[in-house]
Amino acid sequence: MQLTLEFGGGLELLCQSVKIHNVNVDLPKGAEKLTMKDLLSWVSTNLIKERPEMFMKGESVRPGVLVLVNDCDWELSGQLDTTLEEKDVVVFISTLHGG
Amino acid sequence: MEAGTKPKISGARLCCCCNQRRAALKRPKTLEQICRECFYEVFEEEIHQVIVENQLFKPGERIAIGASGGKDSTVLAYVLSELNRRHNYGLDLFLLSVDEGITGYRDDSLETVKRNELQYGLPLKIVSYKDLYGWTMDEIVKMIGLKNNCTFCGVFRRQALDRGAALLKVDKVATGHNADDIAETVLLNILRDWVDALQLLLVKMDLFLDANLLSIYSPNAYRGFAREFIKDLERLRPRAILDIIKSGENFRISASTKMPEQGTCERCGYISSQKWCKACVLLEGLNRGLPKLGIGRSRGLNSDVKKDVKQDSGTKSIESKQCGSLDF
Repeated sequence: MQLTLEFGGGLELLCQSVKIHNVNVDLPKGAEKLTMKDLLSWVSTNLIKERPEMFMKGESVRPGVLVLVNDCDWELSGQLDTTLEEKDVVVFISTLHGG
Repeated sequence: MEAGTKPKISGARLCCCCNQRRAALKRPKTLEQICRECFYEVFEEEIHQVIVENQLFKPGERIAIGASGGKDSTVLAYVLSELNRRHNYGLDLFLLSVDEGITGYRDDSLETVKRNELQYGLPLKIVSYKDLYGWTMDEIVKMIGLKNNCTFCGVFRRQALDRGAALLKVDKVATGHNADDIAETVLLNILRDWVDALQLLLVKMDLFLDANLLSIYSPNAYRGFAREFIKDLERLRPRAILDIIKSGENFRISASTKMPEQGTCERCGYISSQKWCKACVLLEGLNRGLPKLGIGRSRGLNSDVKKDVKQDSGTKSIESKQCGSLDF
C-alpha cells in the first residue's frame, strides 16, 4: 500500500532529518486492512533510526505527538484502529519542544 | 482539507459548528469535533474576547510581539495582527526577536521571524546577546560549560526583551504561550521546593536524556518530566491541562510571604527586585572570570553581590524565579 508519511516538529530528526517519506507498506499476514497500529509498528521498525522513545510509548505514539490522517486528527478516526487506504497521507508532529 | 482529498468513510463526521465541513480535530477544551475553518474562527474570537474583557490594549499603543520563530509566537503574531486589523484596535505592532548567539539553533528560527515580518507586514527588531551583553551564548558555554548555562540564557533573554522593548519605545510586550507550557509552569512553580530532590531522582532514572529535543544546551531535565506527566494526564482527561492552569490562576500566596518589590537595578537601570538585577550579577561574574556568581552555591564576593547570591541560592538554575510567584 502506497502511503505518504510526514514527520515534523523535530520528529524528522529521528529519521535522518527526512520529513516526507513515500513508502510502500505491506498488509500484515492474513489481514485485510492496514490499521494505524500496524503502521506505527512498521514505522518504528523501518523509519525510526534513533531514540524510538521520542516517538513511541507502549504501542501508541508518545503523548504530545499529533497524528493526522488525511489532514484530520486521528482521534476522530479511531486512533490506533484507524484503517488506512491507498495513497493516504499520515502526518506526525511532535509538540514536545520549545514554541 | 481540500475538496480533492477523499474523506474517511468510517470517521467522516461533520463539524459540530457549521454542520457542513468534515471535522478535522477534537478541541481538548470542549471535546467538540470541529473543522479547520470553524476552529480558526472560534480560536480567534475567544482571543478577541479575552483582549476586550481584560482591556489588554488601548488604542494608539505600541506593542512588541516577542517573536522566536517558533509556533507559539508565530501564532501570536498572526492572531494579533489579524485582530488588530479586524477589530480596529488601533495598535502599532512590532516583532521583537532575541538572538542568543547559539550556532545552529537560532539561525533557522530567525529566518522564520523574517518571513513573519514580510507575511504580516510587521517591522522586526532583532537584539543580540553579543550587542547587549558583549557575550554570545556560545562564548558563555565555552566559559562555564553545559551545566547552569540555562540560567544565563533565561535571565538574559528576559532582560533582552525589556531592552528591545525600550529601544522600540513600546508600551507593552506580548508573548505567546501554549496551554501545555503554562500548565507545566504552574506545576513547576508548585514543585519548586521539591526540585532538588526531583532532579536527583531524574538523574538516577536517566530521564535527563529525554530533555528538550531541540535546545542543544538543555540541562532542565525536570521540565521534560513535567511535560510528559502533563501529556499523560491529558490523554486520560483532555481538560486536565486547562484545569491545571485554572488552579494556577486561583493560587493565593499567603499574606506572610514576602514578595519581591519592583525597583531598578543600580548598575544598568532596568527592572530589578534587588540592588543589582540578575543579568548584571551574572554579567559581572562572566566579566570577572567568576561565572558561578549568581548561580547559587558560590560564596565570598563583594558584599552587594553576596546579598544577591544568598537570595537566589534557593532557586538555583530554575530561571531565577522567586518562590511562590506564579509569573506566567
